Formats: sequence, C-alpha cells, structure tokens
Amino acid sequence: MDLITTPLHDAFAPVAISYVLAAMGLNIHYGYTGLLNFGQAAFAAAGSYAMAVTIVSFGVPFIPAILLGLAASVVLSLVMGVPTLRLRADYLAIVTIAVAEILRLLFSTSFKKYFHARDGVSGFTGTFRSWNPFKDMEGTFLSFSANDLWVMVVGWIIVALVSTLVFLLMRSPWGRVLKSIREDEDAVRSLGKNVYGYKMQALVLGGMIGAMGGFVGALGLASVQPDTFNTDFTFIAFTMLILGGAARVLSPAVGAVLFWGVLSFMSVALSELSDIVPGDLLDSNRIGNIRFAVVGLVLMLLMIYRPQGLFGDRKEIAIDAR
Amino acid sequence: MPADRDEPTLDKTTLDKAPLDKAPSHRAATDGKAGLAGLAGLSTDPGVAKPDPILVATGMTRTFGGLKAVDVAHLEIQRGVITALIGPNGAGKTTFFNLLTGFDRPDAGERWFNGRSLKRVSASRVARLGMVRTFQLTKVLSKLTVLENMRLGATGQLGEKMWAGWLPFLWRDQEKEVTGRARELLTRFKLDTKEDDFAGALSGGQRKLLEMARALMVGPELVMLDEPMAGVNPALKQSLLGHVKSLREEGMTVLFVEHDMDMVRDISDWVVVMAQGQIIAEGPPDAVMADQRVIDAYLGAHHDVDITELDPEVVALEVEAEIGAEHGSTGASTTEELER
Ligand SMILES: Nc1ncnc2c1ncn2[C@@H]1O[C@H](COP(=O)(O)OP(=O)(O)OP(=O)(O)O)[C@@H](O)[C@H]1O
Ligand SMILES: [Mg+2]
Repeated sequence: MDLITTPLHDAFAPVAISYVLAAMGLNIHYGYTGLLNFGQAAFAAAGSYAMAVTIVSFGVPFIPAILLGLAASVVLSLVMGVPTLRLRADYLAIVTIAVAEILRLLFSTSFKKYFHARDGVSGFTGTFRSWNPFKDMEGTFLSFSANDLWVMVVGWIIVALVSTLVFLLMRSPWGRVLKSIREDEDAVRSLGKNVYGYKMQALVLGGMIGAMGGFVGALGLASVQPDTFNTDFTFIAFTMLILGGAARVLSPAVGAVLFWGVLSFMSVALSELSDIVPGDLLDSNRIGNIRFAVVGLVLMLLMIYRPQGLFGDRKEIAIDAR
Repeated sequence: MPADRDEPTLDKTTLDKAPLDKAPSHRAATDGKAGLAGLAGLSTDPGVAKPDPILVATGMTRTFGGLKAVDVAHLEIQRGVITALIGPNGAGKTTFFNLLTGFDRPDAGERWFNGRSLKRVSASRVARLGMVRTFQLTKVLSKLTVLENMRLGATGQLGEKMWAGWLPFLWRDQEKEVTGRARELLTRFKLDTKEDDFAGALSGGQRKLLEMARALMVGPELVMLDEPMAGVNPALKQSLLGHVKSLREEGMTVLFVEHDMDMVRDISDWVVVMAQGQIIAEGPPDAVMADQRVIDAYLGAHHDVDITELDPEVVALEVEAEIGAEHGSTGASTTEELER
C-alpha cells in the first residue's frame, strides 16, 4: 500500500508545489526567453526570507509581507539583470549562481538576530493558518494534516493561476518577442524591439514566480532555512522542467509531480527491498543515493529517446539538428 | 506567379518620374532635387554631397586589432533611390552596415538619419526610426513559423506590452491587421505556401526572402540589404529584383551590398565602391564600373578588363581550380562560392 500512497503524497505535497513554481519561473527564463538562470534558489530564498522576517521581526501583517517578498524578488532581478542582460548569455549564468550562493551564506551566517542562522526563521504562519477552512478537521485526510491540506489548496490554485497567466502571455505578441529573443536576439533588435527591456521583464516575472514557490515551501514547512536554497534547489527545478519539456506551459507541473513521485517510489521500494536483500547492502544512506542515481538514469534515457521532454514538439528539436 | 505581375512595371518613364506620388511629405521641400533627378550631374568623387540625403556619415572608423576595417571620410545616401555598396571581400561593407545601424560602435565618427544624429542611439531605436537592415548571414527565428517571423516585424503592437499581452481582446484586431499585411508580403515573396512551416525548415534562399520580407514589415524608410541575392536561384533573382525596384516606387530608399555586377548594373541608381575600409569611388553604375580605381581595387588579377566583360565561364573555371586546390571543400560550399 505504501508503494502507492507515499509517492502520491510526496508528489502533491507543499514541497512539490514549491518546486513546480520554481520550475515555472525557470520556464519563462530559460524555456521561453533563453536566459540561463542558475540561481532560481535565490529568488525563492529572497521571497520567503523577506516574507518571514518582516512578519516575525517587524510585525508586518501577512498580505503586505507577501507583497514585500515579491518586491524583494524584483529587486534581486534588477541586481542580477542590470549588469548582465546586455552581455552574452553566460554572464547571467555566472552572476545568478554566485548571487544565490552569496545569499545562502548571508542567511546562514549574518544578521543572526533576524535570520537565526541555520535554524532559520519560524513563527510566521499564524495568520495564514487562522484562515484555514480545514482547521477543525480531526486526524489526517489521505495522510495530509489540516495545515498541509490548506497549503496545498492554496498552492495548487496559485499553480493554476500562474499556468493560465503564462499560457495567455506566451500566446500573445509579447510571448512571441520572448521566443524570438531565445532564437536570435540580433534579429529581434533589427526589427526595432528593445531586447534588453524584454529580457528584464522575463527575468522579473520568472523571479516573482520563483518567490511564490518560496512562499509555498515556507508555509508548508512552517520555517525558512538557508539549506533549503542550496544549488540543488535550482538544478532539481531545471531537471523537472527538462523532464516535462521546456517552453510548454504545463511541463513544470507534470515534471515536478513525476520527479517527486518517482523519487519517493524509489525510496519506498528500495527500503522494502532492503528487508529481503541480505546484509547492509541497502542501508538508508545507500537508498538515498541509489534513488538519485536511478532518476539520473531515467533522465538520460529520456534525453536520448525523447530529447524534447514528455510534452515537447519533436519537430522543433529536429530543427536544432540542422 | 500572378502576384509578381501585379507589381508596377519598371520601364524607363516611371523611373525618371520624380518626385514619386507616394513620397514622404518632407520631400516636397527639396523641390526637384529629390530621388533620381537629384543625382543628375553630380560629380563622382567619393563623399560627394547629395541634394536630399536620407543618411549622412562622417569620419566613421572602426579598427579590429591593427586592422582598420572601416575608414569612411564622408558618405551621403540620396533619398528615394537604390544605392549599391560594392567592394571586394573584406572591404568592410558589412562592418560599415553594422556601424550605420548601431549593431557595432564606431571608434570615431557621426551619422545622421533624416537629419537626426544617431550618436548613442540603440540598434532597436534606429530600426524604429525607419532604418532597417538584413544580415549577410541570414537570421531567421528557426523555431517560429514563417508567419510568426513576419508578425514579429510589425512595430507598435499593443500585444507586445507585457501588461496587455495576457488580455487578447486588447490586441486581437491589431493582430489581424498585422497578419493581413504579413500574408500580402509573403505572397509577394512567394512564401505564402510556407507560412505554417518553421522558419528553420526553409532553404537558404528562402531564408533570404523571409528576412527581406520581415524587414519590410517594420515599415522602413531606408532598407539596408546585405547581399540579398546570395544563394537565390536566377529565376527568383529576377522577381526579387522587381521587388527591390518596387520598394523605390513605393517611396523607400534602398542601400544594398551585392557582389553580382549584373544585378548592380540592372537595379542601382548609384554605386558606392569600398576597398580596404575606404570609399574609393561613387557614381552612376556605368561610370563607376569603368573607373580605373575601381577596376584596380576590385579585380586585382583581371587588371585590364572591364568587370562586366569578364567571361563568367572563365571566372568559374578559375574559381573551381582554386577550390580544387584546397582539399576537403564540400560540394555545397563550392556552389555557394561560385554564385558569389
Ligand atoms: N568581429 C571582427 N573581429 C575582427 N575582425 C573583423 C571582425 N569583423 C570584420 N573583421 C575584419 O574586417 C574586415 C572587413 O570585414 P567585413 O565583414 O566588413 O567585409 P565585407 O566587405 O562585408 O566582406 P564580404 O564581401 O566578404 O562580406 C575583414 O578584414 C574582417 O576580417
Ligand atoms: Mg559582408
């Protein structure tokens, strides 16, 4: 039974939602505009820390704190984008990965009064939980607690709204400009479009969506910790995006759900196997590593036999080969 | 085919009739000196002043390392005519194009478009001002369809603003108008059957056509084409020549780089010759091609022959022999070089 329920639980839990949103932001950056952002973790971190600290240390109400979190991600986009977006694509990649690491170190070592180092910030969920319509529920529903359910309902609604927005935007002339920039920015410039401005808009929008991922993750865990936002965060989000197929509206959602589902299935299956397999061949450390190795293998096979991802368009990939 | 026939006929009388009916309004001021008429009787010294210039460049230089790729003392482009920019490989034509359109920054020099200085004006702004260029190495947007490529060219689209993009009712009408214009141009360039194909699936020549059609979507006053005919088959070349001439009839100014002398002779009203970064001569096609400076610079080996009298077969054989000497060149690159 666990083999089905646990993976299902993990695939739709708040953590998964936070990765869905992070990957949706990356989809705008990388999938549609071709911006290499290797620091999506920084946007999620800036958003969630700004929200948590303003509530806990400064007594800001919940909704304004969310807005401040979004504002923090916008500021971060400008910090990363202003110096790099006029330059070649690789500069943005370097700056984003550096800024993400700097932020993480800042949160874990400095201003301990506000950030509480590696313990992280907690105690900001009061208002959000007070709105929970399920709060009188007893026990669990499908193994989710009342708090989890509330975060999930809100989280998946945000995913749906963001997906709709991305869908509409990418079908518009605005989306056409972004896709064109991904193909050849000089051509777009020669047609009179302000490429720098469009790249900045894409960076800001994707960053704000990443910050929303930070909010959902923080509310789900009821704390914000620096170690959540290491480089793995960004690369797992990238993996999910590519699994689903870049530049498709729903691929981050499906990619993330599948990724967590498979990962969780692997750990349940392996730990059941460890009862049968003799000795300590499959101790818990190894299980943790093996499941990532298997996911890596699946991903390699996917890239070889279906390079466009699950939803991608084979014809588009064929063009790359020319 | 029929689309081609619809174009205005280009006999001598229409060419000489300037000012043109669709001419931009400010041309009226320069009575009688506009277009082709303004070129009559000009001297053929490099940098000669034109009566109604749309584009003026002065003291433009650009060096790459120790190489002075562009060193243009003065150049004026007459409004409403077709000007050809010719010169041997590596003369600096493409670099000069890049400098004029803001894709590259000059070390020194200034330029004016319609009397407005383009100093510190971005490439995209230059295009919006009405000066649109194409690239020698074609830049189509591979993963967009041909029609989407065209739509991208239209300027002033409300739907290209982020705040309006997600509200289709705001831009749907404009999109229809843009699509209509795009289809018209595609028909003219014989790409209408390809509109739903990915641009990356077009052939090299078709890409040239698409790029030129897309540039026209911007609604430019000055069209700058970098080798528009390279790789286009002879039959299509003829109709493309017609299109370029019709741009002039519609009141646009054309500046193009081309190696095909027949084409230059056929459609250009004025020819500017570059060699080693400098403008060495300019004037009407026949006069320029007979100019000794041009023959020296342009032909090197074929010193004593008029360019247009060269037997193309002999040249082709020589080129073939040269290419044959370099092993490993593929068939494709051979044909391309022959076409140049
Ligand atoms: N980015 C660059 N870096 C270094 N040198 C360059 C660069 N671009 C051009 N050059 C040099 O500048 C000179 C002029 O090049 P350009 O491309 O302008 O020639 P062209 O007249 O367009 O030639 P072609 O007819 O072959 O297209 C060449 O000698 C070239 O090697
Ligand atoms: Mg060139």
